[in-house]
Amino acid sequence: MRVPLSWLKDFVPLPTSPSEEADVAELGRVLSSLGLVFEGAELVGSGLDGVVLAHVVALEPIKGADKIRRVLVDAGGPEPLEIVCGAWNFGLGDVVPLATVGTELPNGMAIGRRTMRGVTSNGMLCSPGELGLPGESSGLLVLSSPGPGAALPAGIEPGRPLAEHLGIVPDAVLDLSIEPNRPDCLSIAGIARDLAARLKLPFVLPEPDVSGLERGEAAEALAAVETRAPSACDRIVGRVLVGLAPIASPPLVARRLILSGMRPLGAVVDASNYAMLELGQPTHPYDLDHLAGGRIVARLARPGEALVTLDGTARVLGRAPNGRGEDIDLIECVIADGNDEVVGLAGVMGGRHSEVSEQTTRVLLESAHFNGLMVGRAAKRRGLRTEASVRFERGVDPEGTRRAADRVIELVAAAARHAGAPVPSLAPGVLEDRPVPAAPVRIELRTERMNALLGTELGAGDAAELLEPIGFSCAPSEQGLVVDVPSFRPDTTAEIDLIEEVARHYGYEQIAPRSRRSPAVGRRSPSQVRRHQVMALLTGLGAHEAWTPSIIDPALEDRLGPAPERVRLTNPIVAEESALRSSVLAGLCAAARHNVAHRNPHLRLFELGAVFEAPPAAGEWPREREELGVLLAEEGDDAAAASGCFERLVEGLRLVRDDLELVQGDELDALGAAGARLVRGMHPTRRAVAWCAGVPLVGFGELDFEVAERFELGERRIGVLVADLGALLAAPERPRIARAVSRFPSSDLDLAFVLDEAVAAERLRRALAAAGGELVESLQLLDVYRGAPLSGGERSLAFRLRMCALDHTLDEAELSAARRRLIEAGEALGARLRA
Amino acid sequence: MPRPDREADRASLPSSDELAAFFAEASQAIAAAADRRQLEAVRLELLGRSSVLSAWKRALGGATPEERREVGLALNATRDGLEAAVASRGDVLAVAERAAALEADRLDLSELATRRFAAGHLHLVSQVRAELEDIFLGMGYEIAEGPEVESDEHNFTALNMPPHHPARSNQDSFYLDLDDGETFLLRSQTSPVQIRLLARKELPLYAVAPGRAYRRDTPDARHLPAFHQIEGIAVDRDISFADLAGTVATFTEAIFGTAIKSRLRPAYFPFTEPSAEYEVTCVLCSGAGCRTCSNTGWIELGGCGLVHPNVLSMAGVDPEEWSGFAFGFGIDRLAMIRYQIEDIRSLIENDVRFLTQF
Ligand SMILES: [Zn+2]
Repeated sequence: MRVPLSWLKDFVPLPTSPSEEADVAELGRVLSSLGLVFEGAELVGSGLDGVVLAHVVALEPIKGADKIRRVLVDAGGPEPLEIVCGAWNFGLGDVVPLATVGTELPNGMAIGRRTMRGVTSNGMLCSPGELGLPGESSGLLVLSSPGPGAALPAGIEPGRPLAEHLGIVPDAVLDLSIEPNRPDCLSIAGIARDLAARLKLPFVLPEPDVSGLERGEAAEALAAVETRAPSACDRIVGRVLVGLAPIASPPLVARRLILSGMRPLGAVVDASNYAMLELGQPTHPYDLDHLAGGRIVARLARPGEALVTLDGTARVLGRAPNGRGEDIDLIECVIADGNDEVVGLAGVMGGRHSEVSEQTTRVLLESAHFNGLMVGRAAKRRGLRTEASVRFERGVDPEGTRRAADRVIELVAAAARHAGAPVPSLAPGVLEDRPVPAAPVRIELRTERMNALLGTELGAGDAAELLEPIGFSCAPSEQGLVVDVPSFRPDTTAEIDLIEEVARHYGYEQIAPRSRRSPAVGRRSPSQVRRHQVMALLTGLGAHEAWTPSIIDPALEDRLGPAPERVRLTNPIVAEESALRSSVLAGLCAAARHNVAHRNPHLRLFELGAVFEAPPAAGEWPREREELGVLLAEEGDDAAAASGCFERLVEGLRLVRDDLELVQGDELDALGAAGARLVRGMHPTRRAVAWCAGVPLVGFGELDFEVAERFELGERRIGVLVADLGALLAAPERPRIARAVSRFPSSDLDLAFVLDEAVAAERLRRALAAAGGELVESLQLLDVYRGAPLSGGERSLAFRLRMCALDHTLDEAELSAARRRLIEAGEALGARLRA
Repeated sequence: MPRPDREADRASLPSSDELAAFFAEASQAIAAAADRRQLEAVRLELLGRSSVLSAWKRALGGATPEERREVGLALNATRDGLEAAVASRGDVLAVAERAAALEADRLDLSELATRRFAAGHLHLVSQVRAELEDIFLGMGYEIAEGPEVESDEHNFTALNMPPHHPARSNQDSFYLDLDDGETFLLRSQTSPVQIRLLARKELPLYAVAPGRAYRRDTPDARHLPAFHQIEGIAVDRDISFADLAGTVATFTEAIFGTAIKSRLRPAYFPFTEPSAEYEVTCVLCSGAGCRTCSNTGWIELGGCGLVHPNVLSMAGVDPEEWSGFAFGFGIDRLAMIRYQIEDIRSLIENDVRFLTQF
């Protein structure tokens, strides 16, 4: 909200100077500390002290200069002044502003005497911008152009201060952001009330005086107001003005409206807007001669009714499309005339037909209290949030309708007096329909409760002293105070609201901070610790953590291959990005592509993030899991890198390697959807899933080359790993029991087996580990050989088993027995010992 | 090299001149050894069992006692002298050989820049998040988590958001397109975790919940539809606004150091009352005023306040018995301020040139 300082001063005697930036900033600080957030100020109309009207009496070129001219002006002094000027939009006889020597302009420019090309410039002729005034800044502000030699119009005197000529007084426009719970501060008076209370200054809200205006026919005889929908409009007040003339507002009113961001349109409309800004209550003037039956009725709209609003747009009322190609009926409040035709959308905008115009002589002024929710929805639905609708939406003072109407009338009369026009008369009597008066709100404030919540030691009296100046009336009670809430504070409905008001006016900064910590020991949960380990393990592999979007374009993710049923958004920002990701791998591929495009193709990335799938059944929660994705695209990275990454995770998380079974090839089908989503986008013959106790944990392998091509990652192998992070973090850890190591010499058994390609090396490894039992200290796959003399469908796998016992040195007999068991275990899998 | 014939063994002892000549010749031979292998050969020849010196020594047996004493002393002195010469020549050769070996191994280590051990970097948001978590762990808080898809009930209703609050509109929050039943959305804040924690009914409660949240903001330099927040909640028997102010001051100091101050100014949020905006001294200008802080010297970081009694009651916690405070602020925003990041979109591009800076 834009708040002119001068207007605030109508209600509270602030010492703030409008032309002192520091002063205004200090006022801003006070406002912010009240929760009326100061977002800056614009100082207007100051810095014009040395600027006077100047009459151009001569214009000559300067030798050797084609961009500047020598100007002689009459600026009220005994002799014309010589000025050098670079503007070309003025001529002989024009009256323009002159900043005299010694002036400091609003933009900070200091005017000194200068000499250019031998000509002395005794000041500067100014553009609107240089003076901080609205208008084109490419040329001078031309105030009058009577023509060369012609007499100056009345009121234009060379040497007269410009500010005086334009009626500009220095002012500061404060830009405040008002929180939605403070409708009372969507008004100058409301802000002044809060400010006065904090600064301990008097706050005076004068009663509008319209007593001298009432004459002629009674209002009742000329017009009528009525509400037929008390839930939508619980109070409607009308007053009738007769004998209006089309006049402009006085300069003060016009200027304040402009500073507040509104446009002056004529005395009646301006008065209505001015009163709204000042008091927070919107009013609406109807041209009584264009109002059938001289009557306004608040009622609910009938579906399909139509209205052409002030802005010239035809609008359908009481009905709107629901976004699914159907129309639904709406509950919204309209104003109808005596013929039951709609003349306004209540609280939002009036109708064009009954609009006040130059021809209007009689006005019915409506000041009503509408249901905020209804007004808010009606405005929003049509993208028509007006100054009025915002105020109704937040909540206007139900007791303020009459005052606002009278203030409008007072202003219209004052405008007529200022313009020298006949003063309109006010039809005696107030029209009003108020079926249900608002119930007053009374709340008890317990002193002990207040202090317990604020950490203060205030007495009931202290609280009353803070609450009374902002309109609450307090009476002592057994436990503290009984407080009557003013009608302009609809936000205050409970004790906690009063406690907040006390805190606000006491000052948050006055509440002494107390040091407080939890009685518990802070520590990460086991799975949180493991999540950090995963991150550390992966950065240890040289992988960078990425953050890719969770709201995705399904087409992009589909490049990975068939997706599970995704969760879709009803209201995406861009139509394409309409679903929640079901995999982090697609995001990583896209991130890799970004880097490829910036000539950084060699990189490793990982991400931990939520992925989503449609709920298993209607009405249930969508499925959300945390997934880990790793993309290994350093030079030479391939399935081996992915396998290394997998082993690193297993080792780093201290998982029991033998609990993990690797599933590859066709056997993956047996794992179903849970396995499939871990290998999505992976090379069908270069991928594996590790599962533990029936739960698939990790898929790893190479990115399918077709997928790599779709993501434009280049022709190369890329290692990938995807883990169900929740399952991985929950996988059993090795027992935390130290195992002694043998002090006796160990012996190596080297065994090369020839094994069918259809059997995974992993199976042989597990079989050997099992057969060797306790005696196996370590087991390593040393070498894989394919080629002659082996047949095409088999390969040789050379294992080294380091054997030892905890309590003695193994003898030959033990070793050969072990060797026999190992060979038998291999043979059980169809392997034969290679000669 | 002296090569006295074998006859000399038996026959005669050397004269002092012969011995002197032998010593001079032998010393030259030692000095001439070019490496330690040659030196060893020379040593064997001069001092070994079959050397002239040994033969002379043996010949002493047949000499007169006088000769034996006189020549014996001379022979020992010669042997000692030659042994010392061999040792010293050996030292010289060892130093030279090591120097040669080192020279042969010379390497320019700056040629070796390899990516074999290149370090990976955690995302900046992750790093800041972990740092915040550690601060609150130190204050005895637990770290809580919650889903990113939330019910309308958790995200709004239980947080005392009135049915027509603007945040509930489909202009501001992302709703999920599901058949029927409950209304689901992407959580618009991390606050629903508060509700989940309160529902556990384990009081007192001190927890922070970091995580991703979503708002329907069109991406620009300062906004992304997804962002990261950290939410904190403390519910205990006698928690007051003073505790909130103290906690905010403590974590501000932990995050920014003692030079940065915090302040609370009144604000409005439906789920807290009294509510406050949490501001800190502008870290760029130290409070003097700059573009980042719009010349106010202060930067808004987040919101906080006492947990609204309605929120407690709705969660089944008696607000007369328990009270609490809650706070929340943006992790991304904090990272942007601290690292002077101009455009928030840098955080989701995942450009290695950006990621590797932190
Ligand atoms: Zn700053």
